[in-house]
Amino acid sequence: MAEINRNARQIKAYVVSNKRVGQYHQLILTIGDVAQQCKPGNFVAINVGGNTSAMILRRAFAISRVSVNSASGGTMELIVAPHGQGSTWLCSQLEGAELDVVVPLGTAFGIPTEPVQVLLVGGGYGSAPLFGLAEVLNARGCRVDMILGASTASKIYAPMEGKRAVNSLRIYTEDGTMGQTGRVTEPIQALVADLSIAVIYSCGPMAMLAAIDSITRGTEVVHQCAVEESMACGIGVCMTCVLPTQGADGTIAMLRSCIDGPVMDGERVIWDKVGKAL
Amino acid sequence: MTALDFSTTIGNAWFPAPIFTASGCASSGRELAQFFDLNSIGGVVTKSVMSKPRHGRPTPRMAETPSGMLNSIGLQGPGIDAFIAKDIPYLLEQKARIVVSIAGETVEEYATLARKLRGISGISALEVNISCPNVENRGLVFACDPDASRRVIDGVRRTIGGELPIIVKLSPDVTDLVHITRGVVDAGADAVALINTVLGMVINIETLRPHLGGKTGGLSGPAIRPIAVRAIYQVHAALPKLPILGMGGVSSGRDALEMITAGASAVSVGTASFGNPTALPTIQNELKELLIAKGFSSLRDAIGYAHRPEETDDN
Repeated sequence: MAEINRNARQIKAYVVSNKRVGQYHQLILTIGDVAQQCKPGNFVAINVGGNTSAMILRRAFAISRVSVNSASGGTMELIVAPHGQGSTWLCSQLEGAELDVVVPLGTAFGIPTEPVQVLLVGGGYGSAPLFGLAEVLNARGCRVDMILGASTASKIYAPMEGKRAVNSLRIYTEDGTMGQTGRVTEPIQALVADLSIAVIYSCGPMAMLAAIDSITRGTEVVHQCAVEESMACGIGVCMTCVLPTQGADGTIAMLRSCIDGPVMDGERVIWDKVGKAL
Repeated sequence: MTALDFSTTIGNAWFPAPIFTASGCASSGRELAQFFDLNSIGGVVTKSVMSKPRHGRPTPRMAETPSGMLNSIGLQGPGIDAFIAKDIPYLLEQKARIVVSIAGETVEEYATLARKLRGISGISALEVNISCPNVENRGLVFACDPDASRRVIDGVRRTIGGELPIIVKLSPDVTDLVHITRGVVDAGADAVALINTVLGMVINIETLRPHLGGKTGGLSGPAIRPIAVRAIYQVHAALPKLPILGMGGVSSGRDALEMITAGASAVSVGTASFGNPTALPTIQNELKELLIAKGFSSLRDAIGYAHRPEETDDN
């Protein structure tokens, strides 16, 4: 039994559908039985560009949702922003296209054993995995409130069906084109107190995660964040996606966000040292 | 079914197959063990370990380039004591053939590392990495200086004794690779590993500054493969008896065969594992089939085959 990447499999996946949603693409891929192993927070690493491509590295995407028994069998949903060459290639794949994927990878969001009040905070397409998480938390009896933010309306990802598992949804845009004007971090302090939040789950840009940490650090509120650092392999061998962390015992280490993350305890990350030498 | 002798030797170490991991591209094997049996490939070359634990360089540590990537890790690692305590026993449990890679900042550090490894059983060979491009001062890369290279290998050879094969990992970023190779062979090296990454840089077009935290990084992947084939060919031509562990952008069996016919006794696969966790067993199978298809009955017959005189091509 492997100690690392325990559930990961390298498989052929097929595109079931590819739809544009605002500035993003919603891709559904068949992954068969592996869907049963995928948990909210896990990610997938996909080969891009075809066999003769000059892009030699896989691209990592958060799994936004899985279905173990759809009409196409086990499937997973990805929300992809076509901003680089690799993600643009992926967004151009049509129904039926074959993809080489390694899945599931990384840590998952921890689910509370008690039905507590939780707050989900998403930035940009970072909101995608939070809807699948909301369903799991809801099933556990947790009250789930959600805040989403982005620079502008077209970058908010909030599917209608995703809202069912959520008690309340607040949207913030920096330019005021949707919801309230401002950043997601502004209302958090008040919400944590008003709703007696026990856990914040977050996914989005590193600056947003750091800002949430500055609110929760030293409080009773647990902050589980899905970090984002550029990766070459996604399986722990390249050592490029590291983050400076401090363990409960004080040990400082550069941990790999692919195998020790992407979901990490926000309090363990040394946010002001990210991108700096230890 | 044609029988093929797929085994190879490096110094006095025997390996049942010629495909190895590359140092720094497989950590200590645990991560890849989910995807294939570590015992099924020729050997596991572990990530270069230093005497003390090391955090390495700041992020960003990676930049993808056409058919390649730059890395700037800076030898992050657990230090030799933790490595011996945790990683060697794990690899022995997997029945992997182990090549331990060491790196130091001084001639003495290499000797210290060799001393710690001297009494450890189950190691097939020692790779002495004197060419990591991601050290603080590029001027300290031993492999760019024939005298410094020789001193490191001399120190390691004296410390480790005559038993364990020493493979010296060299840089292609030198004026005369054969001269440097002769120096380390004179000092007691049994083999050389060719090539380490090629020093490179990417400028971030948004910030208009070097993209990597360490500014420069090592270029790897198919982009550097012809440089590696050339280096192997040159060294094999000058020193035909010297075993070479070839590497640099190998991603298929045909790539591995290029290196073997250029003069490599074994081939390490590095960056290909980043894009494909099963690259090693796939490449190994492809190489085996290719050797059989080309009519070789033994891998050893193919080593350096590209150097044969022209008149032997009579068919």
